[in-house]
Amino acid sequence: MAKEFELNEVEVWDGNYAASQALRQAQIDVVAAYPITPSTPIVENYGAYIANGYVDGEFVMVESEHGAMSGCVGASAAGGRVATATSSQGFALMTEVLYQASGMRLPIVLTVVNRALASPLNVRGDHSDMYLGRDSGWIQIDAYDAQEAYDLALCAFRIGEHLDVRLPVMMHQDGFTTSHKAQNVYPLKDEVAYKFVGDYVPVNDMLDFSRPVTHGAQTEEDWHYEHKAKQHKALMDSRSVIDEVFADFKALTGREYKRVESYMMEDAEVALVLLGSSVETAVLAAKQLREEEGIKVGIVSPRCFRPFPYDLIRETLDTSSLKVVSCLDKSAPGGAMGALFNEVSAAAYTTQARPMMTNYIYGLGGRDFAVDEAKRIMREQKAHADAGHITTPIQQFSGLRGPKLGFFETRRS
Amino acid sequence: MSTGVLGTDKRGIRELGAEEKVGWDEVSEGVVLNSFEGVAEDIAHKKAEERDYSDFNSYTATVASWRIIKPVYNRDICIDCQNCWVWCPDTSIISRDKQMLGIDYDHCKGCGVCVEVCPTNPKSLLMYSEAADNEEALAGWPQKEKKEKN
Repeated sequence: MAKEFELNEVEVWDGNYAASQALRQAQIDVVAAYPITPSTPIVENYGAYIANGYVDGEFVMVESEHGAMSGCVGASAAGGRVATATSSQGFALMTEVLYQASGMRLPIVLTVVNRALASPLNVRGDHSDMYLGRDSGWIQIDAYDAQEAYDLALCAFRIGEHLDVRLPVMMHQDGFTTSHKAQNVYPLKDEVAYKFVGDYVPVNDMLDFSRPVTHGAQTEEDWHYEHKAKQHKALMDSRSVIDEVFADFKALTGREYKRVESYMMEDAEVALVLLGSSVETAVLAAKQLREEEGIKVGIVSPRCFRPFPYDLIRETLDTSSLKVVSCLDKSAPGGAMGALFNEVSAAAYTTQARPMMTNYIYGLGGRDFAVDEAKRIMREQKAHADAGHITTPIQQFSGLRGPKLGFFETRRS
Repeated sequence: MSTGVLGTDKRGIRELGAEEKVGWDEVSEGVVLNSFEGVAEDIAHKKAEERDYSDFNSYTATVASWRIIKPVYNRDICIDCQNCWVWCPDTSIISRDKQMLGIDYDHCKGCGVCVEVCPTNPKSLLMYSEAADNEEALAGWPQKEKKEKN
């Protein structure tokens, strides 16, 4: 029987430690993991909890991240609660198995500490790995600070393991800016946290010898399409379960999460859409700019990156005051507009407001995104609003040395 | 409908892909397939032909359509050593009470491993073209090879 971990009402934890505590409290059956910066402390701490008797489950040290996710798939199919952690190159190595996990409807929890993808090699935080996972069929939830990393890791189990969902969940946080930044965190007592997560309910578990099952079957053109459609439906339908779990969590803790977080959007003329730890920076910049220059800026953030909250983004952007929306992508777009820009634009196109849409690439490889730069971007959007058209290239690079880099002008006759 | 060499089981009773094609809303979650119909306690102690295999178990399907050469089995020479049964990668050697009964042509892929491991002289299993007639093959079976003296 696992020992109870004595916790204070307020602890000083960084994002990694917060996530590892949530994993411990969920009493996972199997963690198969391979360390990689900056998520290493999650599994390192977890290993210490096992060694010190705070967890009853198994910890499997594997030879690679491909092996880590494969071990998770096997253990989850066998019928256990399963989780792991990774970042960047490790995430990339897991990618093949990520698709297996979601297609097999295995509710594995993956705590991702977002980091840039090589080349050039870089250990700092951007959203390249998170974006790499966006078509993998996983639910993706984004935490902006250590408290959220703790809270949302607990929620991740509840969401993924819900019998109407049964899908794997990634809980993201930003490398270093969140994972290594210590702050006050209000944890739940072990018993309370476990009760919130609940006992794991196995479905089609391979260890049920009375009902032998085949997992991971091959299907060709006569079955594959139907299975992928059913999987997509489950992912789309998970929206209501996510809302429900967030509501339960608020009732328990008073801390509220939404699939789309929005700040000061009621009267905003200009909005920034972005993810991760930059949200705090942008909110601060928006508040200052409202006071100092009277520019009405609002901030929108799809905390639930997958399933993409098309419904709530549309709702949030459908205000009569809104004129310009700028989407900030912290991932190299690889010859396209940023993913956030594309997806938010698609939702905005169906609104009455039809705001002007612009795109910034920013913060790659951990390049700092500060309040001043956020304000500069906001002022630029205000200039578009005043001019009635986009006065800059539609896609620009923010915080980049050298000549200005941007692409595509608005066509005006 | 084929009933296999045992004459009683559901081995290879249908073509692969002959199962009912249901819509996306009816397919199983996560492509999980039941091996047997209903609860299958104590399955390890039941003979294959006594098990209630599901329609999604390849036991009931013919999955040997790409075989181009096949093993032919000669009962008259076989010593029931069970070597082929042990080595066959597709459990396509049918044996009961340590006696060879024949080849499961619904699952055999024609790899020839059974012929390789057969210790008799001449061999009790030989590979023939898929189109060859088994009776003709048996009629023309090779004679025992004499050991060459040095």
